[in-house]
Amino acid sequence: MSHADSARAAQADGLASFRAEVRAWLVENCPATMRTPMNEDDEVWGGRRPVFDHPDQKVWLDRMAARGWTAPTWPREYGGGGLSPEQALVLTDEMHSLGCRRPLKSFGVWMLGPVLLEFASEEQKREHIPPIVRGEIRWCQGYSEPGAGSDLASLAARAALDGDDYVVSGHKIWTSHADRSDWMFCLVRTDPSAPKHAGISFLLIDMASPGITARPIRLISGNSPFCETFFDEVRVPRKNLVGHAGVGWTIAKRLLQHERALISEMRDNFPDEETLEGVARRYLGPAEGPLSDAALRDRIVQANMDFYCNKITLRRSAEAAEAGRGPGPESSMFKLYGTELNKRRRELMVEILGYQGLGWEGEGFAAGELARTRAWLRSRANSIEGGTSEIQLNIIAKRVLGLPD
Amino acid sequence: MSFVLTEEQESIRRTAKSFLGERAPVAHQRALRDAADAVGFSRDLWKEMASLGLLGMAIPEAYGGAGLGFAELGLVLAECGRTLVPTPLVSTVLLGASALLGGGSPEQNRALLPGVCAGTRILAFAHDEGPRFAPYAVAAKAEPDENGFRLSGEKTFVLDGHVADDFIVVARSAGAPADRAGLTLLLVPADAPGISVTRTHMVDSRNAARVRFAATPAREIIGRPGAGADVVDAVLDRATVGLCAEMLGSIEEVFDRTIAYLKTRKQFGVPIGSFQALKHRAAHLFCEIELSKSIVLDALRAVDAARPDLAAVASVAKARTSDTFVAVTNEAVQMHGGVGVTDELDIGLFLKRARVAEMTFGTAAYHRNRFAQLHGY
Repeated sequence: MSHADSARAAQADGLASFRAEVRAWLVENCPATMRTPMNEDDEVWGGRRPVFDHPDQKVWLDRMAARGWTAPTWPREYGGGGLSPEQALVLTDEMHSLGCRRPLKSFGVWMLGPVLLEFASEEQKREHIPPIVRGEIRWCQGYSEPGAGSDLASLAARAALDGDDYVVSGHKIWTSHADRSDWMFCLVRTDPSAPKHAGISFLLIDMASPGITARPIRLISGNSPFCETFFDEVRVPRKNLVGHAGVGWTIAKRLLQHERALISEMRDNFPDEETLEGVARRYLGPAEGPLSDAALRDRIVQANMDFYCNKITLRRSAEAAEAGRGPGPESSMFKLYGTELNKRRRELMVEILGYQGLGWEGEGFAAGELARTRAWLRSRANSIEGGTSEIQLNIIAKRVLGLPD
Repeated sequence: MSFVLTEEQESIRRTAKSFLGERAPVAHQRALRDAADAVGFSRDLWKEMASLGLLGMAIPEAYGGAGLGFAELGLVLAECGRTLVPTPLVSTVLLGASALLGGGSPEQNRALLPGVCAGTRILAFAHDEGPRFAPYAVAAKAEPDENGFRLSGEKTFVLDGHVADDFIVVARSAGAPADRAGLTLLLVPADAPGISVTRTHMVDSRNAARVRFAATPAREIIGRPGAGADVVDAVLDRATVGLCAEMLGSIEEVFDRTIAYLKTRKQFGVPIGSFQALKHRAAHLFCEIELSKSIVLDALRAVDAARPDLAAVASVAKARTSDTFVAVTNEAVQMHGGVGVTDELDIGLFLKRARVAEMTFGTAAYHRNRFAQLHGY
């Protein structure tokens, strides 16, 4: 056995005992109510104005946050869990197998934190990271503008330096939950004379600042998870600039890689969801044996197989990524494939429901049917938000395959 | 489960790659084809591969092998896929040796497996009889007599059947055709009486044969009489996973060649790889290939760990690599344009291999149906 192999074997032993320890802790600390299936309504987002539908949600969040397990791989000095990527996978596995709910949904954890760890000053890390881990500050993302969608770098929101403050004016769109968030990480143009990628900066903005208005946008699903946000001469302290002025695009791209990894991963997270074949059996029959609609059955199998392959590809990528190395351009693949697959599964689900999948509201439809219809409509945005599928294809072609411009 | 190669695995991969790249590039297969070689592969090359330890990779040391697993054998197979080299790996190692390891007695294994590892014994596994893969659709009869069995029937698409030293034949000792029960595996030396072999020239220039048995005496069986399906299932799962590893190598090679072409071929004064219509299709293929790679690695490890989900994972792997191999070779021909349909360019050889590999051990549709059955829907 080579030296590397024996090191790997020792690590495997360590992981096994870690697994046992994690499991025991989860069994002891995760309230029984937090081990039940979860709807979108049961999500905990934290923040200055947290919403807890059940007191155990707070208990569970506080216990996980105390161990840093809301951000398992972040350094302990900023409140994180200090786990290796392998240990973090073990934690995820064990939570999944025990049916533990995710204690916190957070753009701070998923998107902002990793880039703060990489690009922010020590002072900024100390100020912003621990409250993210504890779920005390809810963050939203100020990237897109009405005139800057896929061509994000053409953004126009202006931040002009005035003494120790930046003065921000502009119009952001698709800011997730801006109306319920405490802070925004925002891309602004600090140098209008520079080439478009070079004049952008990454600014942290307190949403309580005077001059900010957030207005929800109603989507085809009937929900309003996104807002338009208007900035009218908002004063932002200069110390809230991350990195230097003009390097915002580098930070923004890095954050997008984390976001893409996240969006593809979120598709993996429907603990409450009945399988496609299970629903097909209920709606189409027969009670046992092969499903009655052979063509539909084949498409269900394809979706299930692709889901499995996507899941183990995420795992392969996680194993390949050594500690400290963030997602690379292959995160575009996960974003692309994960979202296209999710759309396919959502569409298939509605098709399986037949007429019962066509209801909007009211009598004649079960709550679960209506939820599946809305989830299908919501899923149409998956391949648009966080960079369209077409943008991901461009990134793969250029950065991974090296095809010329 | 670890997807990251160990140092030992990395070294095996390098050995196979440099050996095959030097001794058996795609031109090797082309030369055998053009010479209408009677054997269809190079026995010398096969023995050299044996001396490098590539054949007995996943065979226990007690029988002359290296005692490693499919994770390692898969690396060799993938490199073979890259050069399309025709060898008896599928017939002799994936099918034949798996049948012996799955159901053979220690005596049988001691008698046959060292020759497999040494490259001196070719085995052929005769299962199919109809126009498509159907492992239980067996009409060939095994009738007991005073010395064992008498075998009668006709087998088709018997890989390397034209040069095999021994046949392992799936025959029916009880039940009706298509029954899973009642199958018996017979071990028959190729020089036994009543055997006639017709070589079939396949589109991929690989080697197969139609084999007819007429009251052929079969003294030895592998496994228990009537319970052959258990061995057959295990053999086919292993062989399917191994074939997927080979297919993956071919997929990666043909894709690499196509991307290189997109970067160099100029039309309208620019490389054609700068056109978004081609970029997006190439990027889609990249995703499909990455997913194929994951499932093949997962399936190879499922074999080694004897995981309970092996059958399902083998079906996922075969469904996906079949679809991906066909898609990537179709696109490769199209993206190469006119030169892509010439015999001179190697791309067409990959296209032909894709079609045969897709059918071997069941198409994507076959495996999707099987996957659903395994999961009770």
